[in-house]
Formats: sequence, C-alpha cells, structure tokens
Amino acid sequence: MKSNNQVEFAAGLFLLLGIAALVFLAIQATDTNGLKREGSYSIVAHFSNIGGLKTRSTVSMAGVRIGNVESIELDPDTLEARVVMKISEGFSDLPNDSSASVLTAGLLGDQYVGLEPGGSPEPLQDGDRILITNSAVVLEQLIGRYLFNTDGETTE
Amino acid sequence: MSALPDRVVAGGAVRSLGRAVVFLFVAITRMRCTGFHVGETMRQVYYIGVRSLVIIMTGGLFVGLVLTLQTYDTLNRFGAGDAVSTVLALALFKELGPVLTAILFAGRAGTAIAAEIGLMKATEQLDALDLMAIDPMERIVQPRLLAAIIAVPLLTLIFNLMAILGGVLFGIVLMGIDSNVFWGNMQNSVGLYEDFASGILKSAFFGLIAGWMAVYYGWHCRPTGEGVALATTQTVIATAIAVLLLDFVLSALMM
Repeated sequence: MKSNNQVEFAAGLFLLLGIAALVFLAIQATDTNGLKREGSYSIVAHFSNIGGLKTRSTVSMAGVRIGNVESIELDPDTLEARVVMKISEGFSDLPNDSSASVLTAGLLGDQYVGLEPGGSPEPLQDGDRILITNSAVVLEQLIGRYLFNTDGETTE
Repeated sequence: MSALPDRVVAGGAVRSLGRAVVFLFVAITRMRCTGFHVGETMRQVYYIGVRSLVIIMTGGLFVGLVLTLQTYDTLNRFGAGDAVSTVLALALFKELGPVLTAILFAGRAGTAIAAEIGLMKATEQLDALDLMAIDPMERIVQPRLLAAIIAVPLLTLIFNLMAILGGVLFGIVLMGIDSNVFWGNMQNSVGLYEDFASGILKSAFFGLIAGWMAVYYGWHCRPTGEGVALATTQTVIATAIAVLLLDFVLSALMM
C-alpha cells in the first residue's frame, strides 16, 4: 500500500485533470454563448419565409461568421417570421441600412443568414430591426415556377 | 410454502430489489460528514478513479478514432464529411461517454469493490469492525459509494476528452479536415447545457448505480469463495442492465 500522502496527491491530481477536461470541453467543444451573453448584442429581422433556418444557425457577413440565430417566432400581426440574431460585440459598427437574406450553404447545405452591408454611417444598435430582407429561396417553388412559367415573363 | 416456482422466482427478484433499495437508503441516511470520512472518500477516489484512468483513456481514444472513421466514411457518401465533428461530439457527450464509462468502470472498479467487501465479509472483518463499535456501513460502504459518484463523472469527462482527441487525430491530422471547420461545426451544434452538461449529470447517476450495485452485491454475498465470485459477476451484469435501462429513461426525461 502506498503512503497516504501519495494517494491523496494522486487523487487531487485526478480531480484537477477532470476539471481541466470539463473546462476545455465546455469552452472548445460547445456553444458557450450562454456564458458570455454580455459579449454580444441582438438585432431583429422579419422574413416572409425562412425556409429551413433554425436557432443557432450561423449569421455571417461576407462569408465570415459574426453571430448566430437566437430565436425564431411567428409575428402574430404581420404573419412573418421574426428572427432574433445575436451578433458578437466585436462587430458592433455594422451600418443600420444593412440587408439580411436567408441563404443556403451549397445546394443542399445548412441555411444561414447572410448580412449585406449598406452605406449608412449610423451603426446598428442592440434591438434594432433590419428593414431590407430577402426570404429563403424554396426549391420547390422555384422548380414549379420554371415548369409552369407562372411568372408570366416568358409568355409570348 | 405452496407457491408456484415462477412466483417464487419473481418474489425473489422483487425482494432482492427491495433489499437493494433499503440498503442504499440505510447507507445514505447514516451518512455523517466527519473529517475521517472525507479523507477515506478521497483515498477511495484514488483506488477506483485514478486506477481506472488507463482503461478509460485508451477506451476513449479508440472510441473517438473508430467513431470518426466510421461516420466520416458514411457521411462522405452523402458529401457531408464536414459534419463528422458534430456527430462525434453529440453522440459522445449525450450517450457514448456516460454509458461506456459506466460499464468500463463497473468492469474495472465495481468488481474490485464487490470482491473487497465480499472478502471482508468472508473473513469476518465486517463482524470484527462491528464488535469494535465501528459501523462498517459508515467505514466501508459510504466512502466507496461517494467515491463512485465523484469518480464516474470525472472519468466521463476524461473519456470525452480523449475521444475528441481521437476525433481530432483522425479527422484533422489524417483526413485533413480544416481545423476551423471541425471545431466550428462542433461549437455551432453542441449546446453547453442541453447536450454537454446533461451528459455529465447523467454520468453522476450512473456513478451512483455502479457504486450502489458494487457495495450491495459485496455486502450481501455468501461468505465463501464461490459467493465472492458470483458477487463480482452479478455486479457487472446488474450495473450494465441498470445503466442501459436508466439511460433510456434519463435521456427521455432530459430531451
């Protein structure tokens, strides 16, 4: 049997190793936004159709991830989807006339919100609403429109 | 005693379940937090936790490697190889980590506890403690039970860490997935509370189950060599079954 000191030292080391694993996994492998809520601000956008957008979907500008979708709900008045997005504090001076679109990564990939910067000198504030939005392109509608020419553009 | 044989068997199973519950109840209600108690618990954490590290770490590493290999191959057939880190982390944190750790723990440490207590009983050491007015429940059972509840979540964390490391080794180093894509996908889809923390909470329950089964079968074994052998076998079987059953119930509750 080992001496008590050694046993206690090893047990303490084991606890530290477990806690280190906890900290590493919590920070590196999970969505830790729940912990650092103060490091971000929220903006709102209304879309007439969000396609397959989900909470925690990516919000990006120029292809760079700057935040994620916090919540999605149906606005009872306008019957549009109200999407709340959390943007990292580091990107706090986005122009307030930026536009938002629901885009798809690749043909069948995940859907995300892409922000397109505008030209206004005023930045977006916490709780602001993005006015210019483009809804998701629903593939079935697109195909239907193409097949049946319901746009009326190509009829002669 | 004119009961039918199958009723006797069913009665016996129910009675032993009841005995196990009463045993746990007694062990918990007689708990006192003395200085000795804490020290002895830490010693048990060493014997059942630290000594299990080797099997947990190798097990975790290779589970991570093989899980990444298999899912990467399958996902690539759909052109979605980048999603491998999501699958790895979710499967690991929610199910594989807690369950496999608990079963490996039962095989490594649960058997040791059951055999130790069973041998103490066979050599009448428990009776000797009783005669010296030392409560064997407090001296022997409780530190091991507490140590299992402390050690299993920690071992699960280490198992998860090693498995993620295995995933990194295969995914990033061997298959050349971009490390930002690998970690980014994982961070986007794994929630800190609903996925990660719930798995750790689950593993604390599994620790209780594993420790409980080990001390119960050790305590109630027949005081012979054969009885001790049977107790170690039953510990592993009972822990595996209870963990798998409880896993389903807990997962459904935590959804």
